[in-house]
Amino acid sequence: MTPLETGLFGNFTAVHLAYLFKSIGWTLVLSLLAFALGAVGGFGVMLARISPRRWLRGLAMVYIEGIQGIPLLILLFIVYYGLSLYGYSLPALVAAGLAMMLYVSAYLGDIWRGCIDAMPKPQWEAAECLALTRWQTLRLVIVPQALRLSLPPTVGFLVQIIKMTSLASVIGFVELTRAGQVINNTIFQPFLIFSLVGAFYFVLCYPLSRWSEAMERKLNVAHR
Amino acid sequence: MNRYSLDFSPLLGYWDVFLHGTLLTLQMTALAVVVGVAVGVLVAFGKRGRNRALAWACTVYIEIVRNTPFLVQIFLFYFGLASFGVRMPTFTAAVLAMIINIAAYAAEIIRAGLEAVPRGQIEAAECLGLSRWRIGWHVMLQPSIEKVYPALTGQFLLMMQASAMASQISAQELTAIANTVQSDTFRSLETYLVVAALYIVLSLFIKGLSALLGRAVFRRSRVVNQAQRPGRRAASVATAGGAA
Repeated sequence: MTPLETGLFGNFTAVHLAYLFKSIGWTLVLSLLAFALGAVGGFGVMLARISPRRWLRGLAMVYIEGIQGIPLLILLFIVYYGLSLYGYSLPALVAAGLAMMLYVSAYLGDIWRGCIDAMPKPQWEAAECLALTRWQTLRLVIVPQALRLSLPPTVGFLVQIIKMTSLASVIGFVELTRAGQVINNTIFQPFLIFSLVGAFYFVLCYPLSRWSEAMERKLNVAHR
Repeated sequence: MNRYSLDFSPLLGYWDVFLHGTLLTLQMTALAVVVGVAVGVLVAFGKRGRNRALAWACTVYIEIVRNTPFLVQIFLFYFGLASFGVRMPTFTAAVLAMIINIAAYAAEIIRAGLEAVPRGQIEAAECLGLSRWRIGWHVMLQPSIEKVYPALTGQFLLMMQASAMASQISAQELTAIANTVQSDTFRSLETYLVVAALYIVLSLFIKGLSALLGRAVFRRSRVVNQAQRPGRRAASVATAGGAA
């Protein structure tokens, strides 16, 4: 039966809507988990990427290039199957969180390294003249300034993270997309359900996108 | 805790299957990129154009695609259309969904490039009596594409990775083939490690190819870059003169 025959809403009821709403919470939990873990990892990758030690810089570069070359879907499978084969049976949330941590840390590390690089060289030299150690220079001079620069791309990447969580559905984690699939399997109203799911994602992502763009415009004006 | 040891040998017999999947992914990405960029250019001009309704429609399209997950887009496109009686092969559905997706991203990137074209250059071209189409092509589009080329190729790479999601509607490509192989061999971890390596090779290949293509197509920036390199200046200016 086509939706034209059953009516637009068909068997879709308030119970299904409530189920979708509840699953938004899990999308947010996974997004925050991925962002928090990825930010910690990404900071480490960024530090390694600007390290004075050559091998550490090289290692970070290989890590970034490698992870950025692998689809998140494959990373998810590797972490999910890998951990279970070695005897750790983890909840899907943890497996998805770990896989996304790897992925997010490579991208955030790369983004933040760009922000650090954008700091004028004399800032480093001046800090050296003041006898600040490398760590002090980073902590007190460079990072606070780079933070302002990094905010728009970081918020922009947060949008990517929220969208990425939809992939956790393939290892059975019930977030928004998975919830949509589950409902669709019982009442088969794919057009309505996935439009709704898409609309929910849009409501989550669009304000962040606009915020990121607004901040970027503000920075560009300041730099003009 | 039992110790699991990696064993890649059962996968050796599947090398042609993996190769086939890699080629399918490459083919899919190439198709989506070529058509998607062409559509993206039209959307970018549409968004900047004088027709308010068209500009608004282009903006809505771009924002909707960019703020929803590709996986949901594929499901909506494939299952949603099927429920209305529109059925198509999974490969076609996946490529079409990819085109819809990448066109929006490409449009946004190219629009940023168009915006960076100085107003004076367009006015100068108008003064020289160039037609609207020639201004659009020579003065606006070509320099903007050159400027945003790195961002554009970055988007191609992301699209190549996103094509893995086509496996979720059972379209045949590298990831779908990996799913089949791992259920045949029961070597899931090894299979996905091999596929991960193949994706890395693919992305390096696309990166290299787009760098070569960029150098071949954007002759002007190559000449400028060479001229700016200290020490080689005299030599490169001479070759540039020869090439021109």
